[in-house]
Amino acid sequence: MGHKRRLAENAVHGIFLMLGLVTVGCVLLITVYLVASGIPAIRQIGLVPFLLGDTWGSTAAQPSYGILPFILTSIYGTAGAILLGVPVGSFAAVYLAKLAPAQVRSVVEAAVSLLAGIPSVVYGLVGMLVLVPGIRTLFHVPDGASLLAAIIVLAIMILPSIIKVSITALEAVPKEYEDASLALGATPIETYFRVSVPAARSGIAAAVVLGVGRAIGEAMAVMMVSGNAANMPSLFESVRFLTTAVSSEMAYSSGLQRQALFSIALVLFLFIMLIDAALALFLKGRKEGR
Amino acid sequence: MKRLAALILTAALALSVMTGCAQKTSGAVATDGSTSMEKVIGALGEAFEAHDSSVTFTYNPTGSGSGIQAVLEGRCDIGLSSRHLKAEESAQGLTGTVLAYDGIAVIVGPDNPVSDLDVDTIAKIFTGEIANWKDVGGHDAEIVLIGREAGSGTRNGFESITGTEGSCQYRQELTSTGDVITAVSQNPDAIGYASLASVKDTVRAVTVGGVAPSEDTVKDGSYAIQRPFILVTKADAPLSEAAQKFFDFVTSPDAAELISNAGAVAAG
Repeated sequence: MGHKRRLAENAVHGIFLMLGLVTVGCVLLITVYLVASGIPAIRQIGLVPFLLGDTWGSTAAQPSYGILPFILTSIYGTAGAILLGVPVGSFAAVYLAKLAPAQVRSVVEAAVSLLAGIPSVVYGLVGMLVLVPGIRTLFHVPDGASLLAAIIVLAIMILPSIIKVSITALEAVPKEYEDASLALGATPIETYFRVSVPAARSGIAAAVVLGVGRAIGEAMAVMMVSGNAANMPSLFESVRFLTTAVSSEMAYSSGLQRQALFSIALVLFLFIMLIDAALALFLKGRKEGR
Repeated sequence: MKRLAALILTAALALSVMTGCAQKTSGAVATDGSTSMEKVIGALGEAFEAHDSSVTFTYNPTGSGSGIQAVLEGRCDIGLSSRHLKAEESAQGLTGTVLAYDGIAVIVGPDNPVSDLDVDTIAKIFTGEIANWKDVGGHDAEIVLIGREAGSGTRNGFESITGTEGSCQYRQELTSTGDVITAVSQNPDAIGYASLASVKDTVRAVTVGGVAPSEDTVKDGSYAIQRPFILVTKADAPLSEAAQKFFDFVTSPDAAELISNAGAVAAG
């Protein structure tokens, strides 16, 4: 009897192990494929002209493959989205976790979950129909498809992850901390911002990193509102991100152009690995910090 | 071991991309050429295979020049070209049969007062030489150029017809005809282009040199921004049975609807 049970136990264990390895296998396959198909173009173009060249003209008579505009645009765009999204998201989280009445909280949290579930093409479409013309008339620029439009769309898209992770972090703060602060005569608001938020800071930092990851990897919505011209980034100029550089030209590309697109994807992949490493570091810091 | 498996899979993936119309068996039709014709020939090939399942259809998107070369060297049955054959190509024993015409409409917002432009002016607008609508009879506003992404057949067609290859100063490069139409409809100072069949009421197509774009003006050649889609075959050697069947199918009146659904104007 016991022998049979152990056998079943081992079989289940084996199945779970296999399922786990599927994920690892996928990551490995994608990594190997990206590196193998991304390296040749970088070799041919040269690492420095590729990363630091400021002109991209993949189908011109004299093709040039410089992706500095894309790299800078991705960094600026993500930074802008964080600048807009983090204050809104973290204050919203403080309100929801500490101040909001239960009914308000359940409604707002449902809305936030819904926001997370909206497909990015819908964000893009609304951006294209509302935001882009809005920016055009509001700022009197010839066309509203710009870095600013992309930043606003990205800021909204990263809100749900920032809010949700921050709420979890804030709720993990031991109640005794807050009670002690209140007992010493601090007002509730003082308590939340002087005690709760600092105590939850590594969790909030993790939320920010998660937002960065989402923003830098977004393609569809950004493609529809940013104009996609390969300009150096500027707030009201049409710009192209690393993600959109890959997706916009992939369909009809061939030869070195296609290889160069894989190289861009490789650069993007390295960025995302960096962000993941940062996230892991924050989470580790949180465990050891307390 | 896993790494090895991953490598082999990768190699298989990479190889599968590179196979073209190298093999030529009976009961197969191999086409090779213009990337702009992808939609039209793809739709026709699919319908043909559904119609006669014993024949397999392949299409190798290489470009008009290489498609013509492939026919000449016997590497495929039918070459696809989005330009007329040059005299020296015809002299080498090739014939071109016009399958369809690709008409490209130049579109502006519905409230734009400019209603007629000629090809030269359009070229100057898209290269940035004319940057304000007032220079072509419109309001005093900066012209916003909206185009397609590099490699798009419509972009390639528009730029090659207007002689602006690689020098268009686009403000927006969008990845679908629908996006271009939406962007133009949202901005009264925008100008863009789209294949004739997909132009909708939200935008207005300008007349080019006084000729409004329509199936008729594209077919009779009076509308300037258009190019032919040509089937290239050898004049002296007969097609294989399967290829002849395909040829007859795509030039028959039955194929006209498929062609117009794919955004082109059937020649027949």
